Amino acid sequence: MKPIQSKEEYQTYVDQKTPNSPIIKNCFNAFWVGGLICAIGQIIFEICKMRGIDETNSYTIVSMILVFCSAFLTGLNIFNKIGKFAGAGSLIPITGFANSIVSPAMEYKSEGYVMGVGAKMFTVAGPVLVYGISSSIIIGIIYIIFNTQNLILV
Amino acid sequence: MDWYMVLKAFVTGGIICIIGQILIDKTKLTPARILVAYVTLGVILGGLGWYKYLIDFAGCGATVPLTGFGSLLAKGTISEVEKTGLIGAFTGGIKAAAGGIAAAIFFGYIASIVSKPKIKKQ
Amino acid sequence: MIIIKKVGNQSYMLSNPVNIASTASIVGPKEKEGPLHQFFDQCLEDEFWGEKSWEAAESKIVKETVNMAISKSGIASREIDFCLAGDLLNQCIASSFGLRETNIPFIGLFGACSTFVESMIVGSCFIDGEFANNVVCSASSHFCSAEKQFRFPLELGNQRPPSSQWTVTGAGSVILTKSGTGPFITGFTPGKIVDMGIKDANNMGAAMAGAAEDTLVAHFKDTGRSPSYYDAIFSGDLGHIGKDILIDLASSKGYNIKSNYNDCGVLMFDKAKQDTHSGGSGCGCVASVFSGYIYKMLQEKKYRKVLLMATGALMNSTSSQQGESIPGIAHAISIEI
Repeated sequence: MKPIQSKEEYQTYVDQKTPNSPIIKNCFNAFWVGGLICAIGQIIFEICKMRGIDETNSYTIVSMILVFCSAFLTGLNIFNKIGKFAGAGSLIPITGFANSIVSPAMEYKSEGYVMGVGAKMFTVAGPVLVYGISSSIIIGIIYIIFNTQNLILV
Repeated sequence: MDWYMVLKAFVTGGIICIIGQILIDKTKLTPARILVAYVTLGVILGGLGWYKYLIDFAGCGATVPLTGFGSLLAKGTISEVEKTGLIGAFTGGIKAAAGGIAAAIFFGYIASIVSKPKIKKQ
Repeated sequence: MIIIKKVGNQSYMLSNPVNIASTASIVGPKEKEGPLHQFFDQCLEDEFWGEKSWEAAESKIVKETVNMAISKSGIASREIDFCLAGDLLNQCIASSFGLRETNIPFIGLFGACSTFVESMIVGSCFIDGEFANNVVCSASSHFCSAEKQFRFPLELGNQRPPSSQWTVTGAGSVILTKSGTGPFITGFTPGKIVDMGIKDANNMGAAMAGAAEDTLVAHFKDTGRSPSYYDAIFSGDLGHIGKDILIDLASSKGYNIKSNYNDCGVLMFDKAKQDTHSGGSGCGCVASVFSGYIYKMLQEKKYRKVLLMATGALMNSTSSQQGESIPGIAHAISIEI
């Protein structure tokens, strides 16, 4: 091998040496686990609908049940194993959001219930809320400014 | 029960997760950044009114992924803006998404009280 | 003034080789499942070891390892002049909390994962410079406390990329003395900070390999030795990827180390069975592998001349969030019998 002269050259060489993630396998696992979580959600939704609960509340019930399951599995030290296997499959559904709240809460329990659990709970999920809520407020303001009929409502 | 809808939810949800997996493996984004990207994308698509069609098609396949959470925020904001004007822009989003957020915080708190983290065995 | 102990640009030969009187190592449960388990003095069953937090557990590991090394050496602890120790936690609390009851003058060190060899270099200078007769050196790391500080909560369901390394739970301690029957520290080459521009905190091996190559080449040039002078050359925690890179980098400078070189992070775990990806890392990796495995090999005279080179990545989570690249460092020490 020739001596490496520049940082760029080293980076290219390192990229060559570093094995890639097994992306096909990861995508397959993400697909079926993520799909399964959504399908379970849909089954809960259908059951709610059969019991005469309206659509908006049914979707909320689905979220809450999935969040509960995710928190429960995280508490049993199982969710990280699912996450390692499924990657985005368990991260992208609302289960991943719940896991990102529960896991730091458990981790920082040793720093106490206020500054540990209470404060660190949002280390991963906080940004999601900040960007989600802020952008929705901006959407609301834009909607007020351009409140024309051709903008379709959700 | 509408099993065809369940199948559509499975496939749509699965595809949304594949896109996330490709982002993780190819771009080395951290989980927090992926979640932020998904929720913001959901808010934008929801605000434009496009995400609605995906929800009509796939049900929970569209609402359960975090893009659905984002679109719920946008949808809540817009419908509240219609009712109360500017204040609605601030109250609508969280109101609509309150169930999921409150559940995550509450169950998270309970879980942290009753259980202890353990090392990954594999 | 001529520095009489210096050879070449950055290497030093001790006038009186420093004796390594004893070593001790304690490791965690995952390391117990690894191929080197029979060499460690104690393997823990769980990573809390009866403590309330991982930080407290790491402190306990440090304390017990140092006490074990002292009692094995047969030297009374009041005879020990200095305690040199370091770890990865903020402000080195694992070492300072673990050693607060030892009653030995304490000097805390930080060299990221190179701390163990750094402490041995400083310790041998104290002894050869006649500031001390006996010195205890120690370094530790803990998988859970390191993940908590540098990466994600343990229960977060994320995937580790193939280039990531597994922080070793464990500590190693050595007692250095003025005289004894060996093995002896005969010389050392402290490393320079080398930044290869790598920014990926999940690829520490690649970030540190440049520093390792710099120190290794400097050592050979300064001392006039060739790689075959040593029976074995060990790097600290380059892992599988870093090990391959170092072999390539060294050969590009004309030093073939392929036959007698290995890495402590590679030795620590069984990659196929234990899913540790690129191998072990952390201060405790080189510390426990030296104190357990390499020291016993020296005692049994399976190795007579060893070059131990600990590598460190000098970064923290703030610097990597700010998009800084990761500077590396490597310190080498020759041990002979």
